[in-house]
Amino acid sequence: MRRSRVPLIFATTVALLLVTLVISVGMGAVSIPPRQVLAVLLQRSNPELSRTTVAIVWDLRLARTLLALVIGAGLAASGSAYQALFRNPLADPYIIGASGGAALGATLAIILNLNVVMPAAFVTALLAVTLVYFIAQAGGHVSSVSLVLAGVALSTLLSSAVSLLMFLGDRDLHEVFAWLLGGLSGRSWPQLQLAAPLIALGIVVLWSMSRPLDALTFGEETAQGLGLNLFRARALLVAAATLTTAASVASAGIIGFVGLLAPHIARRFVGGAHHLQIPMSVLVGALLLVLADDLARTMMAPLELPVGVLTALLGAPFFLWLLKRSETWPQ
Amino acid sequence: MATIDVQGVTLAYDDTEILHEIELEAHPGEVLALVGPNGVGKTTLLRALSRQLRPQQGVILVDGRDTWRLSHREAARQVGLVPQQADGDWPLSVEEVVALGRMPHRGWFLPLSSHDRQVIRKTLQQIDLYPLRHRQVATLSGGERQRVLIARALVQEPQVLLLDEPTANLDLRYQGMALTLVQQLAHEQGLIVIVSIHDLNLAALYADRVALLAEGRLLAKGTPHTVLTAELLSLAYGIPVVVSHHPVYNTPLVAPVLPHKKNGVTK
Repeated sequence: MRRSRVPLIFATTVALLLVTLVISVGMGAVSIPPRQVLAVLLQRSNPELSRTTVAIVWDLRLARTLLALVIGAGLAASGSAYQALFRNPLADPYIIGASGGAALGATLAIILNLNVVMPAAFVTALLAVTLVYFIAQAGGHVSSVSLVLAGVALSTLLSSAVSLLMFLGDRDLHEVFAWLLGGLSGRSWPQLQLAAPLIALGIVVLWSMSRPLDALTFGEETAQGLGLNLFRARALLVAAATLTTAASVASAGIIGFVGLLAPHIARRFVGGAHHLQIPMSVLVGALLLVLADDLARTMMAPLELPVGVLTALLGAPFFLWLLKRSETWPQ
Repeated sequence: MATIDVQGVTLAYDDTEILHEIELEAHPGEVLALVGPNGVGKTTLLRALSRQLRPQQGVILVDGRDTWRLSHREAARQVGLVPQQADGDWPLSVEEVVALGRMPHRGWFLPLSSHDRQVIRKTLQQIDLYPLRHRQVATLSGGERQRVLIARALVQEPQVLLLDEPTANLDLRYQGMALTLVQQLAHEQGLIVIVSIHDLNLAALYADRVALLAEGRLLAKGTPHTVLTAELLSLAYGIPVVVSHHPVYNTPLVAPVLPHKKNGVTK
């Protein structure tokens, strides 16, 4: 990767994301032209703008679109970190059971009517990831097969537990179910306010640990030889990646494969060094989820598809392709 | 000057003793080769020297200080390890991989200083990697990859350089190139270089001293001429061995005598 191209790639991606954001806010049952969206966002008084338009942009669409952006960014950052931590191109918050773990904690909190959805999601996600790691680990190397099997088995177990809870819990099943499928429908400022700071914190911690992440891609022996305190670095990285995942799941349910796709796309453009790969993954992940949510809202309008279903439809074939290539990293 | 001093090191995995009371020292400016049959503890000794494995008994002193009393980062500034092969093919450029060698100096977060960049550039130039610095490591040949790993260990600016089978996957030409480089680092820069190596003839050519291990014990240590003898090697490897002389350098030239070999001319 030639250094000189990197700033241009970043500038282009940021511009693309901003344009997508403006267009996305305009999309929906009531279509608003980008020019008007911009005017509302920049709060320029404009006689053309009806109060309805302003309300649609501010109260309905902007928060939701920003939430899609933040969650996409967070899932991508944690996917990047998991891939380096597990030294495996198939790692993703969904595949390794982090999302499932978070869902169990969140469901438990919802059904028990406890106001601790986010902490509960974090704790159970952390447990799930740790468990998958220890099950999949064999001689310091986490093979694709054991990782995927451990992740899938644990996810199945977790989702059964969630179903059981829903069945036993005296709650509106449909509501919890729709949330679990991963959707941004009806999400607004409160969810954004809760999720955004946590996800931002997670991303910043992961990004600041780019060098340990680079070292970990060479395996334990080398990382330790380079002076890395393995336990401390891993603990902090897993905590940050899992916090990000848990915050995403608690606010929008299980959205799979964004954390898998985005780092792979990012590496194509800026290479594997994490100080570049993480910011690029964050941008790509944000872009992917905003676009996926646009599709989810408009494809079968007025019906809204859960965005998690869409990302799975797009991401699962890519996952299978990677699995076919097995242990190799696409260059 | 710093020396490395292995004092009475005993190391066991579970209940199996791999190393038994090893006494060994190495001095700046010399290449010490660890030789011996498979599974004899060469790699285990290297791992103990690089703090991967903690001896149950004995100490390893670098510059008079117990390596296990150092922090991870301090230890990495003293001892650089060149693993056998770059495992994994993460898409990183040569320069990015080599820059990781500055982690013991910079820590997790601090950006590289201009001094760091200078060390990296000088090292890349020194071992002929500078023109390749933007190449992806995965696209390099085996010999080039080997040099990348050596460069990464060198920018740690260690006093001790450990190499685990540096010639294992290299052809004849690259084997010579890699070991010539290793020898230069010891003789010209005053590093303590310890290499584990299977090829006894390469050890004879490039090492200043040889340590012969057999079943976890140190059988002999000394110059190639004193250690690489028919008697000691036959004992260590359990097969008859003849030792001749290298036609050009007069170093020991080792050849096994194979009991099962049928064809060919026997004198």
